[in-house]
Amino acid sequence: MNGTEPKPRQHLFDNPRNVSLVIRGLYGVCILLFLLDFILHRHVAREWEGITGFYALFGFIACVTIVLTAGQLRKIVKRKEDYYDVDE
Amino acid sequence: MWMSDLPAFVPFFIAALLALITRGRVRNLIVLATPVLGGLHLWLDVTPGIVAVVPIMEYELILMRADRLSLLFGYLFHITAFFAAIFALHVRDTTQTVSGLLYTGSTLGAVFAGDLITLFIFWELMAISSVFLIWARQSERAIRSGMRYLIIQVTSGVLLFAGAMVQYYHTGSLAFEFIGLEGISGWLIFLAFGIKCAFPLLHNWLTDAYPEATPTGAVFLSAFTTKVAVYALARGFPGTELLIYIGAVMTCFPIFYAVIENDLRRVLAYSLINQLGFMVCGIGIGTALALNGTVAHAFSHVIYKALLFMSMGAVLYRAGTIKSSDLGGLYKSMPKTALLCIIGALSISAFPLFSGFVSKSMIMAAMIEEGYDYLWLVLLFASAGVFHHAGIKVPYFAFFARDSGIRTKEAPLNMLIGMSIAAVLCIFIGTQPHYLYALLPWEVEYWPYDTTHVLTQLQLLIFAALAFVWLNKLGIYPREIPAVNLDSDWLYRKFLPDTARSAYSFMKKTGNRAEDAFDSTLQDAAKSMIRTRLGRFNLAASWPTGSMVFWIAVILGIFLLADATHSIRP
Repeated sequence: MNGTEPKPRQHLFDNPRNVSLVIRGLYGVCILLFLLDFILHRHVAREWEGITGFYALFGFIACVTIVLTAGQLRKIVKRKEDYYDVDE
Repeated sequence: MWMSDLPAFVPFFIAALLALITRGRVRNLIVLATPVLGGLHLWLDVTPGIVAVVPIMEYELILMRADRLSLLFGYLFHITAFFAAIFALHVRDTTQTVSGLLYTGSTLGAVFAGDLITLFIFWELMAISSVFLIWARQSERAIRSGMRYLIIQVTSGVLLFAGAMVQYYHTGSLAFEFIGLEGISGWLIFLAFGIKCAFPLLHNWLTDAYPEATPTGAVFLSAFTTKVAVYALARGFPGTELLIYIGAVMTCFPIFYAVIENDLRRVLAYSLINQLGFMVCGIGIGTALALNGTVAHAFSHVIYKALLFMSMGAVLYRAGTIKSSDLGGLYKSMPKTALLCIIGALSISAFPLFSGFVSKSMIMAAMIEEGYDYLWLVLLFASAGVFHHAGIKVPYFAFFARDSGIRTKEAPLNMLIGMSIAAVLCIFIGTQPHYLYALLPWEVEYWPYDTTHVLTQLQLLIFAALAFVWLNKLGIYPREIPAVNLDSDWLYRKFLPDTARSAYSFMKKTGNRAEDAFDSTLQDAAKSMIRTRLGRFNLAASWPTGSMVFWIAVILGIFLLADATHSIRP
């Protein structure tokens, strides 16, 4: 670590506009991918796989489930950082 | 170039010896040349079907058994050893250099082993040589963790040996071919492989030890041990249905831990188990497509996982910490490392054009083909999950998120070169999969790039990213906080030691009490003895050694007399 920088340089994501640009881009791609489901024909192995937006919804719900479940898991398994160092 | 039946481990063992006695550039040259020459030898000279046998006493060790399956893993380990060696080139630590070479050699020995005894020998050598990559960190934590790692790894070897002996007893053969879950030998060997493959509840050595290894050591560790186990399972237990369920559990439970884990290399260790789960599922399905998928996934996995471990190793090396609660904003000082990490993250998440996409999809396709609809959904869930924790969490909290204020230098050149080679391979495999497919052991027609597959995968992943952004904005995403999360290692790191300790102190107390009671009874008896008339005699007061000797002499004299009178009688 060298703390000898003369002036704090402005980096790419120091500007909140760039951050919101990325997030807006993501929203745009999401909308586009969802709409493509109506335009492009997907071949499916199972019927339920063909439901419009199946994969998009699945990905979204899966991740929300993971995060919420992990939050509950943390309540059970979380210990102090030195938990094992004491008396180990 | 060389004789074609030269076992693949030999160059690495020789190099390890040479690395012991050389320093500086000469040693660097040896370390880099060995995987190149060894790999060329394997590629040019060794063809499927080659067997090298070494007789020892009355037994024949099959040191080299080359077929398409073992050869592919052989190529993979040479490539990995090469870029991992470049990544570690700045390290001036003989222990790490030598153990890295020995570990690579042992891994190759295990992959090309044609019989269970040879496999056992290299199985144990892998454990012993690799533990030094953990101990080389030299912290108290690393030493303890390495010891646990070693004990568990050696136990796996002992189980393998026991299984081999039982198999020999029943069949008279020690050949390492299809084993299956028939009889006790099958189960013992299955368990031995399962430990090294980090089956659920047997997995904790991995998440315990890998994050404690040195920044460079973790790269070797992440690549070799578990993939040898995958290879061994693919050879010994293809089509074992139990594996599909074990694999499905492996893909899922680590995700939850990864989300709340603070040590980013431990996040990677959990996601390693998740990826192994896909391979284990493939082995369980056992069709040609599934097994090809497993092998292909092992191939791309080793490279992108090593890339991720390298990038986090570089962060640890430069920033001095790998805790996500202390990191953030590192893209400002380490932009190249950040970019390379993102390539690894995109590969593990199976984005189209990256390596994970072309291999994982084979396993998924095989799964739904065989009618495992529910498990297919579980794997799809895990696919979204892996993007979440390895694809987003690792690069985001290390390089972006809030600015931690850490300003450091970009990773050293050798590290950047090592990572770049891996990154190029990730993209190459992802965009030109037919080269990898041509090497796969079984003949199957498969092509990953079609509209459906690309579209659905992108939808899954991008909406998973949307969930991340949304949860972060709402503030629901679990904060990165310094903590330890209990896992199955709690059993042997806390519960058993604590139980043993309290049992010991209980027994000690009880013992002391019994001793006290006995002593006081004895003293009471002595006191009451002295109070009696007998107490007046000297002998009762104390028992000096002299009187003891006197009485023994008396007793012996009586015996002698008795014996003499006895023998005089006719």
